[in-house]
Amino acid sequence: MTDFFLLLKNELGLCVLLLFLLVMKISGRDNASFLLPAMQWLLLFNFVFSLLFNSGGRLFGGMFDTSPLLAFQKAILNLALYLSSLLFESWLRKSAHLAEFFLLTLSSLLGFFLLISSAHFLMFYLSLELATLPVAALAGFAPMEKRSSEAAMKMILSAAFSSAVLLFGISLIYGLAGTLYFKEVPAALKEHPLTWLAVLFLIAAFAFKLSVVPFHLWTADVYEGAPASVSSYLSVISKGAVAFVFVSALHKIFVPLKGQIQPVLLGLTLITILIGNLFALRQQNIKRFLAFSSITQAGYILFAISSLKAESFTPVIYFIIIYIFSNLAAWSVASVMSSSAGKENQHDYAGLYYRNRFLAVALVLSLVSLAGIPPAAGFFGKWFLILQGASAAKGIITVFVALNLILSLYYYLKWIWVVFQNTNAGSDTITPTRMEKTGLILCVAGILLIGFWGDLYRYIVELVKPF
Amino acid sequence: MTEPGLYHILTLSALLFCTGMYGFFTRRNLITLLMSVELMLNSVNLNLVAFDRYVWPEKTEGLFFSLFIIAVAAAEAALAIAIIIHLYRTHKSIDVQEAEELKY
Repeated sequence: MTDFFLLLKNELGLCVLLLFLLVMKISGRDNASFLLPAMQWLLLFNFVFSLLFNSGGRLFGGMFDTSPLLAFQKAILNLALYLSSLLFESWLRKSAHLAEFFLLTLSSLLGFFLLISSAHFLMFYLSLELATLPVAALAGFAPMEKRSSEAAMKMILSAAFSSAVLLFGISLIYGLAGTLYFKEVPAALKEHPLTWLAVLFLIAAFAFKLSVVPFHLWTADVYEGAPASVSSYLSVISKGAVAFVFVSALHKIFVPLKGQIQPVLLGLTLITILIGNLFALRQQNIKRFLAFSSITQAGYILFAISSLKAESFTPVIYFIIIYIFSNLAAWSVASVMSSSAGKENQHDYAGLYYRNRFLAVALVLSLVSLAGIPPAAGFFGKWFLILQGASAAKGIITVFVALNLILSLYYYLKWIWVVFQNTNAGSDTITPTRMEKTGLILCVAGILLIGFWGDLYRYIVELVKPF
Repeated sequence: MTEPGLYHILTLSALLFCTGMYGFFTRRNLITLLMSVELMLNSVNLNLVAFDRYVWPEKTEGLFFSLFIIAVAAAEAALAIAIIIHLYRTHKSIDVQEAEELKY
């Protein structure tokens, strides 16, 4: 019985938080001045708690599977949610539905936790829906704003479509293998044209969630229309969790088909990186720019995944940790700028350095990290991703990926240049709150220090070994 | 006239799936888009039940899976319709072409 609580502790922790929110909502104590600090502290406790007492095992007749590695992934996602509760404080304070916001985000995170641990296709499908549906509701969270309702519409329709595609793939696998347990599927998969079709459908569904290029059309629109806190949730937590699940699904389910899958993944990588870069070049709106930047980053993640080895877990996890710090900082600056002055365009950022040095430095460091310029941690993250991808791909493909890194320098540096431009574009004051400053300092510290913290990488390598 | 077999049902469900996908890509009314997705989900249900009946008669996983799909599809439709109603309030229309604040 203690096993049950120990193995499910991350999920149960979230359930306790959800119950707490419900009780606060019912008893009418959902004013921001009480609930927001309470949630920030609780999420911090939740993160620290998720680092302790991790063990492995199976539950629910083998449908739920956990290990120290998976628990570590959940801890990373907990950290991201804690940081975003700090970083979007001023937006959260203004929101009239704070309790609902946390209810929806926490239930979506619960879905992702179950998704990471699922070992059966039914569990997989149900937790995927639990993870996606609340986000669609969140995308429409800005009341009576045209863009927001449009973003929610695009999100729910693309989510429904991709889950239909996923289900068709699952139904074919059931027909071929006669089982839905991840463990038993590879042995039962026969050489059959339908197997190939099923695998393609499953990869397409993952590509939708990761916003890999032919399936990326919803991304920029949803990111722009949704409030910045929700877009950052989509681009950091949702993308990170799906990347984790994708690596383990490829490793668990599609082992016999490695040879056929690799060219598909490499092709997706190449067009994702190229198209993401080309579209990011022309973006004037910071949210759309960050959306295309995150599509490109997904391409690099996919490059590491395409090596189809268990070791590809290490660089992916390491990169996601760094990506959380750098991307959340950028989104937070975008949120402060848009909620205090309604400004989202590139020319509004002109001379930001002379108006608010703190925000400008945070934004510049996060962009440097996203671009992968050496002192920042993003460089080390990309370095390991590309090394992992290069271990399996042909040399010419690696060269193409590396060239695209240089291409991406152009648009990241252009935004940095705009920040330092000396114009008198606006004299309005933009002031982040104290918690937002704390969060940004944490992010900047993460960006600067994680790259030099070799023990973290070694720790992840140790976690991945038994996998 | 023979009894309908597995291949008949699989063909029917593949056709349903393609019809749904075609509708999803060509229709402009949001409610119709939602109906197209439901069509795709129903083709999956048909697939699962047919595999259960003809290929794996000793197992029941497919049947249960289709029950879950029906339940989740209802939740999905409820949320989607709420979002569409919200969209109607802000845009005064449920035509996809009218919702064009976000482009490129």
